[in-house]
Amino acid sequence: MADFGFRLSKSSTLDLDRIDTKVYDRLCDTDPDARTCMACGSCSATCTAAPFSGMSMRKVILGLQRGQDVRPMLSNCMLCGKCTMVCPRGINTRHLILSICRIYDR
Amino acid sequence: MNKNIVIIGGGVAGMEAAKQLLSLGYTPMIVEKAQSLGGHVASWYKLFPDMTPASAIVDQLRKDISGANVFTGTKVVSISKDRESYAVVLDNGVSISAQAILFATGFSLFDATKKEEYGYGVYDHVVTNGDLEAWFNGKADKRISSSPKAVGFVHCVGSRDLKAGNSQCSKVCCTTAIKQAIEMKEKFPEADIYCFYMDLRLFGKKYEDFYINAQRDFGVHFIRGRVSEVGETIDGRIQVKAEDTLSGKPLKVQLDTLVLMSGMVCNKSVGELAPQVRLDMDDDGFLRSKDNIYDILRSNRPGIFYAGACTGTKTVPETLAEARAAAVEIHNYLRNG
Amino acid sequence: MIYEGKQKIWSDYQKEIPDDHWYFVRSCIRQNFFPASERMFTEITRNRLGKDIYENPYHTTCGGIAYHCDTIPQETVMTIVARQFALMTEAGYENYVASCITSFGNYAEILETWREFPELEARIRENLWKACKKEFNKPKNLAHTSDLIYHWREKIAELGKFRLVDKETGEPLRIVEHIGCHYAKMFPHKAVGGAEYPYVLAGMVESWGGQVVDYPERRHCCGYGFRQYHVKANRGYSVSNTHKKFESMEPFHPDAIITNCPGCPYFLDRWQYVIAEQTGKTYGRNGFGIPVFTYEEIAGLILGYDPWDLGLQLHQVAVEPFLDKIGIEYDPKAKYLGLNKEDIMRPELPTSLKCF
Repeated sequence: MADFGFRLSKSSTLDLDRIDTKVYDRLCDTDPDARTCMACGSCSATCTAAPFSGMSMRKVILGLQRGQDVRPMLSNCMLCGKCTMVCPRGINTRHLILSICRIYDR
Repeated sequence: MNKNIVIIGGGVAGMEAAKQLLSLGYTPMIVEKAQSLGGHVASWYKLFPDMTPASAIVDQLRKDISGANVFTGTKVVSISKDRESYAVVLDNGVSISAQAILFATGFSLFDATKKEEYGYGVYDHVVTNGDLEAWFNGKADKRISSSPKAVGFVHCVGSRDLKAGNSQCSKVCCTTAIKQAIEMKEKFPEADIYCFYMDLRLFGKKYEDFYINAQRDFGVHFIRGRVSEVGETIDGRIQVKAEDTLSGKPLKVQLDTLVLMSGMVCNKSVGELAPQVRLDMDDDGFLRSKDNIYDILRSNRPGIFYAGACTGTKTVPETLAEARAAAVEIHNYLRNG
Repeated sequence: MIYEGKQKIWSDYQKEIPDDHWYFVRSCIRQNFFPASERMFTEITRNRLGKDIYENPYHTTCGGIAYHCDTIPQETVMTIVARQFALMTEAGYENYVASCITSFGNYAEILETWREFPELEARIRENLWKACKKEFNKPKNLAHTSDLIYHWREKIAELGKFRLVDKETGEPLRIVEHIGCHYAKMFPHKAVGGAEYPYVLAGMVESWGGQVVDYPERRHCCGYGFRQYHVKANRGYSVSNTHKKFESMEPFHPDAIITNCPGCPYFLDRWQYVIAEQTGKTYGRNGFGIPVFTYEEIAGLILGYDPWDLGLQLHQVAVEPFLDKIGIEYDPKAKYLGLNKEDIMRPELPTSLKCF
């Protein structure tokens, strides 16, 4: 390959026709409430791990919807359950995290 | 009672007002430019949030106003002040001396061709909310795919859009989009349905529940980002671009049908009538009420009243409530002189 | 695609283009990139169409290139532009035509700014007077040279020897039109056909027998972006935009691209070589690229000028397959002979992109 001193950049565009949402779809089979997230962010705002690790339950759900690997983020969760307490939609977010881990383990 | 009341517009506002005026002992006259009564609601399929068939509402109202004088396929040519009354001239040659006039002129659907970037009228599979309702009602439309893999809804088309000349929120489109998304998902359970929104404004009774249903039970994808541009692929599908603002990334997706949620603008024919009797227009392009809180149903001219979407974007129940109240306003005005 | 829908939009964006007497200004870079294009514009308009196209050798850059590279204050650009207008006024013209899209955008932007802020215009008039004792009238009509070729497209078709038609099949050639961003995106009403579905080049393609290809990334910038290209470290970003366009137009198998900007044809042409070297991918048939032309070059071909007199040997992507398709004759041995038939030397051939 010729070296021009520059290269094609990778596009950051999310192409919804090419993403793989298998993990999210499986999650919704066991925890359909995951779908009701309205991205309010209260889970992330109250998260014990967030300020030190970038953990965000909102971003975990969004990441799954967009076909991204959320394991690095999830590994920061301390399973304290504060996020579940604040969710206005009553999503059992702590349970979601356990379900997501189970899906990845399989 | 020997008083003439002319209701301009035979949509649900005009019909409901006529019904109430009939019960108060008047014989109002409805002037409707279309060939039949019912306005926009008559061309709609089902109404949120309970999926009430729109035809049920319109049919009931048609029965209720059988005692009124109804001119369909008729336009008001001119209105002029004539002492204590108004001379209303119709295009069928009839002229009436009216003691009260009710504007129930409603709205026009925003002309989606103005948003050139969305390609309405240019790309093969772009339709409006109105087109989709007509299709639900059985009208053939080859723009709407009969076996879609993906369908998209663009919220706020011509609403909250200063560039399109409309700063107002059209209020009903968010809920309508959710309703239509659910209806499409019911027809095509395998299809991915996307709603592209800026904010979801679900203010009315049970609207939020409707949203939760769309998410949980129908798996409608809600993407917070306004569609910026639409193109057509080699196989005639629609490619849309938006920002996925929640992840801060540009996003694209191919669709088989794109539905534009055209907003409400003031009925275009109001522009011809209002200046004749010097009715004020509000900043949003709708008729200006005497007061936007206390006196919504009165105009700046005695004897001229408003009901429904002629003064701003309204839902059907809001319109019906205003029409009922307007009948009482007119009754009080005529009784007290 | 619903053609009538586009026609309706085109009818909303028509500009007044007077039929004669234009004061012509050149682009800073086009004569280097596409040496025969501006020459072809004056040749066609003056000698073939008999129009009065006046050029003053003392005119300069409009300052637009420096403005877009962030290296010059806008007031300076305005004063340069004021001097250009003064030269036009002195020559007795009131129709101003620029060969560069960025110049056209620059002039349009400045005229619009002066309309909104007359006190700024007054200050620029003062600047100009202090600098060189000149005064000016604003042009009555501002056009880009592609507007004029668009205006005379039917006449050119009439005079033409060739059409954009496959000589074997009789089918129209599939042409991608690419409009420079500064032509319409800032002021859609100053452009033929508007900004979403510009008609200026599409109209030429139609009149000359071709078929316009509309593809999803049609509106996307070529990627030049001035600062993005001029700084070497940023060129990956520039070429990525071009790559995106080619990926999007690829399934449509266009025969050629027609452009109206100085930068776009250059980058759409040269970056095909870079993309091919980096990824091995080419977008034309049989290892060739998709040839990219200026509208003057296409007009010149239609009118029967020799391809090598049009400077097509300076293109990176080989134009021969396109010429063969139409049936335009050329001497392959004369490709690298200059005007006086002297050898101008052959370029090194790329490894992936097929060239002659």
